[in-house]
Order: sequence, then structure tokens, then C-alpha cells
Amino acid sequence: MNKTDVLIIGAGPTGLFCAHQLGIIGLSCHIVDNLDKAGGQCIELYPDKPIYDIPAIPECTGEELTNNLLQQIKPFDVKFHLNERVEELKKVENRWHIKTSGNQEFDVASIVIAGGVGSFEPRKFPLKECEKFEGKSLFYSIKDKSIFKDKTISIFGGGDSALDWAIELSNISKVSLIHRRDGFSGAESSVQKVKELNDQGKLNLYTKYQIASLTGNEKIDSVSIKHDDGEVKEFKTDYVLGFFGLIMQLGPILDWGLNINKKTVEVNTENFETNINGIFAIGDICSYPGKLKLILSGFHEGALAARGCFKYAKPDEKLRFEFTTTSKAAQERLGIKK
Amino acid sequence: MAKVTYNTHDSKTHTIDIQNGLSVMEGAVQNDIPGIDADCGGGMACATCHVYVNEEWLDKLPTKEDGEEDMLDMAFEPKKNSRLSCQLIVSDELDGLVVNIPSKQA
Repeated sequence: MNKTDVLIIGAGPTGLFCAHQLGIIGLSCHIVDNLDKAGGQCIELYPDKPIYDIPAIPECTGEELTNNLLQQIKPFDVKFHLNERVEELKKVENRWHIKTSGNQEFDVASIVIAGGVGSFEPRKFPLKECEKFEGKSLFYSIKDKSIFKDKTISIFGGGDSALDWAIELSNISKVSLIHRRDGFSGAESSVQKVKELNDQGKLNLYTKYQIASLTGNEKIDSVSIKHDDGEVKEFKTDYVLGFFGLIMQLGPILDWGLNINKKTVEVNTENFETNINGIFAIGDICSYPGKLKLILSGFHEGALAARGCFKYAKPDEKLRFEFTTTSKAAQERLGIKK
Repeated sequence: MAKVTYNTHDSKTHTIDIQNGLSVMEGAVQNDIPGIDADCGGGMACATCHVYVNEEWLDKLPTKEDGEEDMLDMAFEPKKNSRLSCQLIVSDELDGLVVNIPSKQA
């Protein structure tokens, strides 16, 4: 059980800055995120694209913003739990107990949801029958490639993950790569490599095809693919892999009893608390009259939510308002030596 | 100004006047037309504003920029007439455009 003052859900810019604000006022926190790295949409959707409206920073990329925020919260030694999604929530007396997908458990005084548009999950095939094979002979990510040795694999997608795995697995498996068009979004060098392997007969490339159906009982026996012009091909396959990037989904938070409207959580604007005492929501995921989905708004919301958390973490103390420029306590927390 | 018709998956039809310069995605979001999520807010980074354009309109629309086809690879059931509605900027020439919203976005 991880015992701390606050659990922040979401390691995007809003969540990271909220951790800073908690640290400044002397509260501890852990951060959970379903991605394998901090940064949220900034790092997953637009790491290289410029942002022009962060106050006092004329221009920076999503990646630079993330790195600077991580640098800024370094003094507080915030513990990250990546590749974890929050699942269960339970009120135990005055505390909250939270359990994640990886069975991490937390005991906290309050929770700050900084979940953006939801947690990033793999996009799935549109076919209904895919569900029953998922995790057994159909995967959206690869944990152990050894299970594919000497098997027949059908890979769908046209991005880097699809291309890289097609190339890699063609060494140990019989690979077909199926993509909906002739163009690929992945690296040109990988596209060339795949075409070479196809010419050498070490891989089968099917373009302008999409998945049509799967057959099999316990495991997949065969896959049918359909060409743009209507032609259908069916072949035997042991495994099907789909690489269609990530999509954002709210997930289990929907079942927590929060007031949710159009995928956002309603909050007050005094301290960004939700309808449930002790649970706050900030950043893109919160809604209130006048809400702007800007990173700078998320920073403001995080500053106020952090102060809202104080009374739950330290019910017997009174929060003093101080400036980092002059506050000895804040500077000590920041590790500044004079 | 252009009239744009959105056919939603539940067979309802919504025809809306949209001012020039807005995207077909923004027209849908501002008018609460269901089925266009637009998670990334128009950044061509998510493919959740995916629509099917009526065939007769395909050639009349602005051509796809580089990243649009890449994002459509990620869309739910992309077809030949798939577009991202955030990339369709409304002008007088688009008056009468008809788009069909897929059964879901993810």
C-alpha cells in the first residue's frame, strides 16, 4: 500500500504542475498514468509540435514543456506509477483507497484527476468477433515475442509499430502485413525494408486490404481480408496483431459517481473539487462555466486544487499563503540552499 | 456561409448553417451533433472527427494534407470517402455538403 497525501491521476502538464504546487505547500503525492512516460497528450500526440501560449515561454514543443515540468518538480521526489490505470475506488473512513490495473494500491487523503480526455488505450479492430480472441491470439501490443516463433502472424496497420514488428517478426515467423492503402505513415526506411522482404518472399505485403472476418473457436484459425475493389482473401493464421495507435477513453472513472457531462467532470471554480468531497478534477477533463481547454488554465486549476487538498491531508493545520520568492518553508521544500 | 448536412448513425439528419472559416468538425461540436468526438480539438492528432463524405463531394473538397491520410489509418473503419472533418474548412463552395458520421469513433 502506497500511503501519501494526494494521488494525481494523469502525468500530463496539468498533473505535473499540480504536483509542484502540492510540493510547495508541503504535501506529498504520487502520480499514476496509463502511458509508459510522463507528458500526456503533449508527449503522445504532439511531442515535436510547437506550443505558443505558455505564459512567458514564447515557443516550446510538447516534449520541451514536459521536460521542463519534470525538472521543476524534481525537488519533490514525486513517485510515478506508469503503465498503470486506476480501476477501483473505495472510501475508508476519511481516506481514499485506490487500486490500479497493475494491482498497485494507494491510501490517500484526496485525489486529483488530471486525466485529459481519458487514458490512452490501443485502438481496436472494428469487428465484434475480435473481442473473444483478444489477449489470447489477438494482440494490440507485444510483451513476449517468443510466443510467435515459427507461427503464422497477420499484422495490420501502416505506422512504425506495424512496420517494425513486421520486420522483426519476419526473422522468426511467417508474417503477413496488411494495410488499407499503398502509403505508410511509418519511417521511409522501414517501408523500403518491408518492400524488400516482400520481394524476397520473406514476408507477404497486402496493401489496400482491410480485415473482413476472423474464424476460429478457442484460438484464431484464419483471417479474411477484403480489397478496396471487393476481392476477399482468406488465409490461415495463428495470431493477429493490430497497430492502430492510441485512443483516449475515460474508463473506470466513469463509474465513480462523479457528475460527468460530455466526457468531462463538473467542478466548482473555487478549488476544482467535484461533487464528491476530496476528489478534484483539473485540466481538459474538468468543466465549469467559461472553461478553456488550454494548458495555462490547467496550471491555474492545479494551483487551486492543490490548496483544496490541504484540509484533507492536514485537517488540524491552517494553510498559509506564501510566495516562493520570500517563503523560507517553500524554499526549503525546493531544496534551495543559501 | 454553407449549409452542411450531417447524417448520424441513428439515421437522423441535421442540416446546419455554418459560417465560412469554421471546420465541419467545429460546426458539429458547436451544434451538439452526436458522433463527432474531436478529442484533440482539431490538431489532426486523433482521428475522432472522422466522417464519410458523400461521393459526389469527394472531388470538390480541399485535398488531404500529408498527415490526414496517416491519421485516417487510425480511424474506425476508414473507407475511400473518409475524411477528418477538422480538415474540411467551410466556404461558400461547400454549400450543400453531406457527411455521414460513422457508428463510432473508436
